[in-house]
Amino acid sequence: MDARSSASGNQAPARPVLEGPDIARMLTRIAHEIVERAKGANDVVLLGIPTRGVFLARRLADKLEEITGRAIPVGSLDITMYRDDLRLGPARTLARTEIPADGIEGRLVLLVDDVLFSGRTIRAALDALGDIGRPRAVQLAVLVDRGHRELPIRADYVGKNLPTSLREAVKVQLTEEDGRDAVLLGMRSAPSRPGSEAGPSTVEPTAPAGER
Amino acid sequence: MKRHLISAADLTRDDAVLILDTAEEMARVADRPIKKLPALRGRTVCNLFFEDSTRTRISFEAAEKRLSADVINFAAKGSSVSKGESLKDTAQTLEAMGVDAVVIRHGASGAPYRLATSGWIDAPVINAGDGTHQHPTQALLDAFTMRRRLVGPDAGLGRDLDGKRITLVGDVLHSRVARSNVDLLHTLGAEVTLVAPPTLVPVGVETWPCEVSYDLDSVLPKSDAVMMLRVQRERMNAAFFPTEREYSRRYGLDADRMSRMPGHAIVMHPGPMVRGMEITAEVADSDRCTAVEQVANGVSVRMAVLYLLLGGNEPAVTHPRTEEK
Amino acid sequence: MSKILIRGAKVLGGAPQDVLIDGESIEAVGTDLSAEGAEVVEAAGKVLLPGLVDLHTHLREPGREDSETVLTGTRAAASGGYTAVFAMANTFPVADTAGVVEQVYRLGKEHGYCDVQPIGAVTVGLEGKKLAELGAMHESAAGVTVFSDDGKCVDDAVIMRRALEYVKAFGGVVAQHAQEPRLTEGAQMNEGVVSAELGLGGWPAVAEESIIARDVLLAEHVGSRVHICHLSTAGSVEIVRWAKSRGIDVTAEVTPHHLLLTDELVRSYNPVYKVNPPLRTERDVLALREALADGTIDIVATDHAPHPHEDKDCEWAAAAMGMVGLETALSVVQHTMVETGLLDWAGVADRMSAAPARIGQLAGHGRPVSAGEPANLTLVDSAYRGEVDPAGFASRSRNTPYEGRELPGRVTHTFLRGRATLVDGNLA
Repeated sequence: MDARSSASGNQAPARPVLEGPDIARMLTRIAHEIVERAKGANDVVLLGIPTRGVFLARRLADKLEEITGRAIPVGSLDITMYRDDLRLGPARTLARTEIPADGIEGRLVLLVDDVLFSGRTIRAALDALGDIGRPRAVQLAVLVDRGHRELPIRADYVGKNLPTSLREAVKVQLTEEDGRDAVLLGMRSAPSRPGSEAGPSTVEPTAPAGER
Repeated sequence: MKRHLISAADLTRDDAVLILDTAEEMARVADRPIKKLPALRGRTVCNLFFEDSTRTRISFEAAEKRLSADVINFAAKGSSVSKGESLKDTAQTLEAMGVDAVVIRHGASGAPYRLATSGWIDAPVINAGDGTHQHPTQALLDAFTMRRRLVGPDAGLGRDLDGKRITLVGDVLHSRVARSNVDLLHTLGAEVTLVAPPTLVPVGVETWPCEVSYDLDSVLPKSDAVMMLRVQRERMNAAFFPTEREYSRRYGLDADRMSRMPGHAIVMHPGPMVRGMEITAEVADSDRCTAVEQVANGVSVRMAVLYLLLGGNEPAVTHPRTEEK
Repeated sequence: MSKILIRGAKVLGGAPQDVLIDGESIEAVGTDLSAEGAEVVEAAGKVLLPGLVDLHTHLREPGREDSETVLTGTRAAASGGYTAVFAMANTFPVADTAGVVEQVYRLGKEHGYCDVQPIGAVTVGLEGKKLAELGAMHESAAGVTVFSDDGKCVDDAVIMRRALEYVKAFGGVVAQHAQEPRLTEGAQMNEGVVSAELGLGGWPAVAEESIIARDVLLAEHVGSRVHICHLSTAGSVEIVRWAKSRGIDVTAEVTPHHLLLTDELVRSYNPVYKVNPPLRTERDVLALREALADGTIDIVATDHAPHPHEDKDCEWAAAAMGMVGLETALSVVQHTMVETGLLDWAGVADRMSAAPARIGQLAGHGRPVSAGEPANLTLVDSAYRGEVDPAGFASRSRNTPYEGRELPGRVTHTFLRGRATLVDGNLA
């Protein structure tokens, strides 16, 4: 059984590089940037990538509502069946795809995820999006960009750029899922290429396409 | 070897709940403009039907195509295939063509089990109904329909059918649907009662995890779902019951009987319905009857099974019985 | 080859003795017999039995030579320790005329691995409608005394009654395959818990028992003798026991597989377990063993039923019914009857040699192991343990349910009228 549960295989002690207040501040900043660059965020739809991207998308939506005074549509986009490594492991449990009632047609879709790594998850998300509708534009917001891209993909909004080595593991914790807010940096138990999960026991052994 | 779906009895509670949960996600694809997912792209699935069943075949085909699989339909009935060794020959032919999975419907009980365990073929085997043995995807779609109606599409996620009282009425003896449902519903925690004339209850039923009653009226008020099984008219000629009229009177579901069911209770039918025999048109067309819904749910459940068995490099469900050899 | 000394064998499982064969007969039985001029077979620790007699063998020739022939079947018999087999009549053409039974009889004589005594069909073409020429078959060179439609039941009560009466004229016996046809339409396996679960057509015990009950009463009514083939249920045992207590002249047989295997094996849907009558339950198996021990069931008969590979390498419903049995029968009996303490070797000699020869009125077989008797003998290494390997079978077919199963005992030598047909486990 492959549940996308939070990892427990982190053998090296992980140290927090961001705490709760840091995360809150970053989300607030990203929200303001969105309003500014998306000209009031009138047609923005937030789609979080499960699991933690969904919670971040909801938090961002709340902040956007505070700023603009309008409810911002928020949903989730499961990318499991669009992953390029689907055949490399056991069949994975699906997560929920929840498209807001008014859809994404002609809208500015803002994908939200916790960590940007190889870029493969975002590639999958773009494919998944294509089967749902045709947005005016698609942008990307992430809490942490840890580098090591394997595809020509970049984030439009970044909470923090966190230079890492491939031996390191980045772990985002959110209250909704993990009981607290933090970003942890630790060592992988085995070195791994970012776009593969070939390592026998990575921090997040079932994470999508190494995006951690 | 945990690669086949042969019998509903092979599924653990967690396997079954995972399939139902996955089916919930699959069901949402039906609402999208593009009703297609890429999960089985590049995989070839063969629907090997030794017995006519347009409904089941179409349902599997829709599920396979929505998951982007390449589909080969092989209707063995009517072709030169009729004798036993041909199952083996046909299987080996398909294997040689590089089929990644076989969905098989066969008139002989145990044929899918044989196909999965005899070494004739390496591909995963999904039982789409064998003789009077099993029809596991039917039981799964029935359970899915019950969970949606009796628990709720979202509220049901992660949950089974604990304590739900399910009544199956009709030709249990010749019914693979009944066997599969008894197994799966029991696994999911439901309380199952079979209602049939004694002639249509198998000898040996006493070991099944269910109750048996010959009196429909006494069971109806205590049922959350009543599933009417198809009764073939030919059974009458073999003296299983005297006349169609007497069968209907004692075991048919009409509006009067339906009114004795609890307000929330649903009426189910695997189809095709014999209106007037086991179910009146009035009941069949009422909004308590889920027959049409079951058809739609069939596609979602079969997508879930196909995805979980073929989506990865190994299946996500376990089948203890077929592991033996 | 004129003299053979079998040295130190446990005759019928008793104290070690020497047995001296001269020509076709046993010359002497005793201790410290002189080996002078004799070929010696060292038999210390082995059990010596009279040559086994199978009242129920399907040799398939003529008609199904792809599954067995008289030659391959009798070689299998010799391998299994048999010196005589009764060949069932359901060949193509059916053995319902003097011509066919004489052909089978002659083939047995020519090959010489064991005596082949043909069984004649009761009715023409096994159709259950018209009596075959029973008298002509009896008067033929084959001298048929046992008649059976085995494979099919003589279900018409009037035909059965007439057959029972008619054979009295020449001391024949009808061997009934007890299977009520209407109750077994579409039947695939024993009707019970397992059939209910597997969705295979049920074969109720009562389909066998009702015919046996009818036939023992018919035999009583017309003052005839009846033999019941392959009893498979505890109820059948009760009926036969009752009939015998009432003085009815009934004999009965059980197959080795019904002494060991149960319908639980069918859960594999492997047609190697498909057989007629079907494998029953544990309770039936235990009742059959007990009945064989107490004499209610008179004999073990193999119902050796060879089938080509393709008739078993398919789905259950399409598969042929039957199992080969000649080469494993004695091992199964040792396992189920001797090692359980239900029967000693003298009892085995009775159930597998003396009694079947008596029921089939076969002269020269099933005789005591003593001076002056025909030298039809079987030497068994009862201490042997090994897995059944069908690749080593002499039979043309391999449809054994025991493949890979460890069974005790191995026949090392078989002597047919003083001539070794099996030496150290190798066919002569």
